[in-house]
Amino acid sequence: MFDIKRLYPAKDLNDALCALADDPESMVIAGGTDVLIRVREGKAAGASLVSIHELPELTGVRMEADGSIVIGACTSFARITADPIIEEFVPYLGEAVDQVGGPQTREAGTIGGNLCNGATSADSAPMLLALNAELTLQSAASKRVVPVTAFHTGPGRTVRNRDEILTEIRIFPADFQGFGGQYIKYGKRAAMEIATLGCAALVKPATDQRTVADLRLAYGVAAPTPIRCTEAETLAHGEVLTDALLGEIARTAAAHASPRSSWRASREFRLQLITELARRAIRSAWTRAGGVF
Amino acid sequence: MAVGQSIPRVDAFAKVTGEAKYTADLVPANAYVAKIVRAPVASGWVRGFDLTEAQAVPGVVRIFTCFDVPDIQFPTAGHPWSTVPSHQDICDRKLLNAHIRVWGDEIAVVVARDRISAERAARLVKADIEVLPALSTPDEAMAPGAPCLHEEKPGNVVVHSQFHLGDGTFDEAAATPGAVVVSGHYSVPAVQHCHMEPVHSFAYMEGQKITVVSSTQIPHIVRRVCGQALGIPWSRVRVIKPYMGGGFGNKQDVLVEPLAAWLTTQLGGHAVNIELSREEVLGCTRTRHAFDWDVQAVASPDGTLLARTYCAKSNQGGYASHGHAIAANAANVFKQCYRDRVSLDSESYTVYTNRPTAGAMRGYGIPQGCFITEALTDDLAYALGMDPLEFRLKNCVQAGYVDPHNGITMHAYGLDQVLEKGRAAIDWDAKRRLYQNQTGDRRRGVGMALFTYKSNVYPISLETASCRMMLHEDGRVTVQMGATEIGQGADTVFTQMAAESIGLPVDAIDIQSVQDTDVSPFDTGAYASRQTYVSGMACKMTGESLRGKILDYAAGMLERSAEGLTITDGQIVDETGQTVLTVADVGMESCYSLTNSRHLTAEETYHCEQNTFATGACFAEIEVDLALGQIHVLRLVNVHDSGRLINPKLAEAQVHGGMSMGLGYALSEEMLFDDACKPLNANLLDYKIPTAMDTPKLEALFVEVDDPTGPYGNKALGEPPAIPVAPAIRNALLHATGVSVHSLPLTPQKLIEHFRAAGLLGGEDHV
Amino acid sequence: MRNLISLTVNGVPTTVAVEDGEALLDTLRDRLGLTSVKRGCEVGECGACTVLIDGKAVDSCLYLTVWAEGKSILTVEGLRKADGTLSPIQQAFIDECAVQCGFCTPGLILSALEIVMSGKEYTREELRKRISGHLCRCTGYENILNAVEKAIQMSRSAPQPK
Repeated sequence: MFDIKRLYPAKDLNDALCALADDPESMVIAGGTDVLIRVREGKAAGASLVSIHELPELTGVRMEADGSIVIGACTSFARITADPIIEEFVPYLGEAVDQVGGPQTREAGTIGGNLCNGATSADSAPMLLALNAELTLQSAASKRVVPVTAFHTGPGRTVRNRDEILTEIRIFPADFQGFGGQYIKYGKRAAMEIATLGCAALVKPATDQRTVADLRLAYGVAAPTPIRCTEAETLAHGEVLTDALLGEIARTAAAHASPRSSWRASREFRLQLITELARRAIRSAWTRAGGVF
Repeated sequence: MAVGQSIPRVDAFAKVTGEAKYTADLVPANAYVAKIVRAPVASGWVRGFDLTEAQAVPGVVRIFTCFDVPDIQFPTAGHPWSTVPSHQDICDRKLLNAHIRVWGDEIAVVVARDRISAERAARLVKADIEVLPALSTPDEAMAPGAPCLHEEKPGNVVVHSQFHLGDGTFDEAAATPGAVVVSGHYSVPAVQHCHMEPVHSFAYMEGQKITVVSSTQIPHIVRRVCGQALGIPWSRVRVIKPYMGGGFGNKQDVLVEPLAAWLTTQLGGHAVNIELSREEVLGCTRTRHAFDWDVQAVASPDGTLLARTYCAKSNQGGYASHGHAIAANAANVFKQCYRDRVSLDSESYTVYTNRPTAGAMRGYGIPQGCFITEALTDDLAYALGMDPLEFRLKNCVQAGYVDPHNGITMHAYGLDQVLEKGRAAIDWDAKRRLYQNQTGDRRRGVGMALFTYKSNVYPISLETASCRMMLHEDGRVTVQMGATEIGQGADTVFTQMAAESIGLPVDAIDIQSVQDTDVSPFDTGAYASRQTYVSGMACKMTGESLRGKILDYAAGMLERSAEGLTITDGQIVDETGQTVLTVADVGMESCYSLTNSRHLTAEETYHCEQNTFATGACFAEIEVDLALGQIHVLRLVNVHDSGRLINPKLAEAQVHGGMSMGLGYALSEEMLFDDACKPLNANLLDYKIPTAMDTPKLEALFVEVDDPTGPYGNKALGEPPAIPVAPAIRNALLHATGVSVHSLPLTPQKLIEHFRAAGLLGGEDHV
Repeated sequence: MRNLISLTVNGVPTTVAVEDGEALLDTLRDRLGLTSVKRGCEVGECGACTVLIDGKAVDSCLYLTVWAEGKSILTVEGLRKADGTLSPIQQAFIDECAVQCGFCTPGLILSALEIVMSGKEYTREELRKRISGHLCRCTGYENILNAVEKAIQMSRSAPQPK
């Protein structure tokens, strides 16, 4: 039994937005795997919850006429991984969210909740950052689109207002066509884990299969929020991918990251992971994209 | 033969169908919920409370504080009671305590009609606390001027013990020409049991009788401690142990039972339920003791072990619990495993600190002792340039060993076969050669560790076990044990031994899995890997007694002598092999005879004055990913000599579970604290027990050497599988990389630091 | 607030009155007496409370009962056939000695059922991942994996009606 004041099961998105607007104390709950834990801890005890659990209009993956992939924010990790569109066009995103917690968590947890929780360790975040995803935030009064790269503002904080619901995540074809991708989650265990570090790489080889046409590198837990490493990315554009270049990218990424020491891991250890995982993730993404060394 | 067969577990059906009732499944619907108010600091004094807001929460029944409880200090260790005062456990806590010694110490308790009310009120209890500095380590606690945790133990040392063996000294041995000496500081952290069923008890009264239903390994001891804590005659307390979701030693301690028992007495006998959250279980019950050691070893150039010194500091945490028994065990295994030709100097301290109370945990000091013994052994062999297995064969304990202090004797010896079997299984000799002189980012190694383990607590403590059996009209037999099934399979092997000793098929035996101290015969419970060996003997003796009574009664029915009659598979057979009656015939007649009705029952106590050593070893093959600091276990093989196996398939399963626990101890498990001794990772996400994805294939092998002192030739198996895994993996790391790590767990961050210091991570080219 | 929720539990259409903050774990245990659903951690870290919701394994501790309107819930109490015989998965857990203390067993059996019902082929490593949301301290997962593999084989040789 959770100590909550009230749960309002919204009938549809509009109903949910109105409920959020009506009750200034209320907060959104989707899959529940984060919010209910906070209620149990006492941090959110007595909360008034507006449930958007499995609302059909917020659930599912579709491809639009322009080739954009649109993921409903309430889509579970398990459903994303198994979705044929994801499997065909951005399988590495499906793989990334397939590393959240364990199978039961992935069945219940949603990609929107993962982002809105604001944690730097969110397994969906680095790859979505690398994909330049756009997020649609809607309230009863307004609707706006925010690039995921501008979504996180600090540990557990995002630009989303209390009365806004993240409705969908959009990925444009220019950001995935021709790319190979790889997300590496590093934790103390292989499952049921919070990332000690997460590294997402997206690489697009030029037609010669040796030169880098585009490279994106993003991390979780390398800073208080998920980050893109544009300085490292720039080094690669137009260059032939070699071990030396990989080393330079990795070092640059480490130089621009700001991991902190905590009881979970030291800054020094995280820096080691930032460099090593960059090499491995880019290498794998490159191979997947058909690049050769 | 019922013994030696891999029959299915007798409780498996109830467990796969959900019929098995655990403590949580039996709580009366109207039970009050008790929520313990825990100290938000690890050291200090409660000076007072403001309960105004808490008492105003609707649903609250009563709030009790540390100033309300009886002024009685009691012990909690699941040890047999001693009627000799000097051997009694330390009585160092009350039901609730004003002197705070651990983070989360129990300072008050809210009783409410429902859980949410109890939790809300508990959050609103305001305690006025004088905070003292928290002591993390034995060294801090032993330093002059450190706050005293218990006035009975000024200086915070619970016990200091030492011994010397041999005619010479370490320095003399070290002066041997060409002698190789190694020394170092080593340590292991506190870890937690992580039984899947939380700690849970509830209590209620019927008349003057207080019934405590609890997930405990030790119902009879719980009854005694509840009696002691409440200051009432022990038999006023009745303890019922239902099905149990694991204990691993945490529930070989008396935890929340006395509080539940006392609360019901304060509330008119109303049922009071205390179910600890997972966070409370991890952070506020018991742990495995953390140890620090300073050790030395010296060998002659040919690899003969000459002498060792051993100084251990065992971190007891805030309350004595099992106390120095763990440090004594660790020192003993260091002594028992190897032959120091010149001398062994051993010294152990058990010291109070403000870390969580350490108690019993699977292996009871031997996993720690095995780590230091086997890490030091490999470091010495490495310094000698000698194959560590050859070093062990040259120096390890031999057949007929008698412990010079307690007289425990190795009545049967299978360690030589264990080592050879493991050597062959892991392909030791070829792998040791193959993995020499590796370069590159991924390196492989093989390592091993051995251990000895006694089969009960005699002669350090009492060993006693009892069993009762009754024959029913249809020839079936009900078995009641005082020993407890906690998940390990005890009831199944007792069933097999009962069937074997009476002469019945196993499916004619009904064992009662629930212990009830008002009904069940006396036994001290599940610990020390004692039950198959000690309680099993009680079962065997009782079965033989019942068999005699059945045959005597049958002889009367047949108007002949019982001599020459036997029972086989439920049939009573005469000298010629002819079935003359069935046990069912005897059951019916003995109940309903108009001339000689007599309920055929038997009850025996095994007062055990025997002990013996089980042995075993773990062999590990690993691959190290240098740049990520990760160890991948490629193969893990445990080989055990636990005498004759009563149920080979259950034995194998028991070994798997122990190996898994050892794997966690090796690679990922440790309780983490801040400087103020507050636990940082007291949940199952941050405390890292292995998942299925972290576990390699687990290979369990056995050497079966009959032990003449055990029932049907068996000896300890319950705890041993967890013992040798961590040092074996640690030693494989030494082989793979040449890096000697002196502490557990072998976490990636720690390994990266070691690899960097050893120059294994290279420079620019590597990044 | 009280909500009347209609759902199917172990094949039986059921209506229960539940509180807003009630977890499915509480409803199944305390209102419907299905005590095979175990409370191990309450935060989705141990898997002991796993049930199948419309055929998918979910931690019932983090699932509000209000969300179960119209859903079909399965616990191990619902696995036995009408004549009381065990399902092949339950039998496989017994035969392979995959049960020890039994606290994780009901949840694991339900994840195993989901695996079997998927009809897919799995390597041993994939099976490890499929059951990685269940913590077990007794078995090292070895015999559990054996039982799941056996159940898959049995379902292939004789597809079980479910």
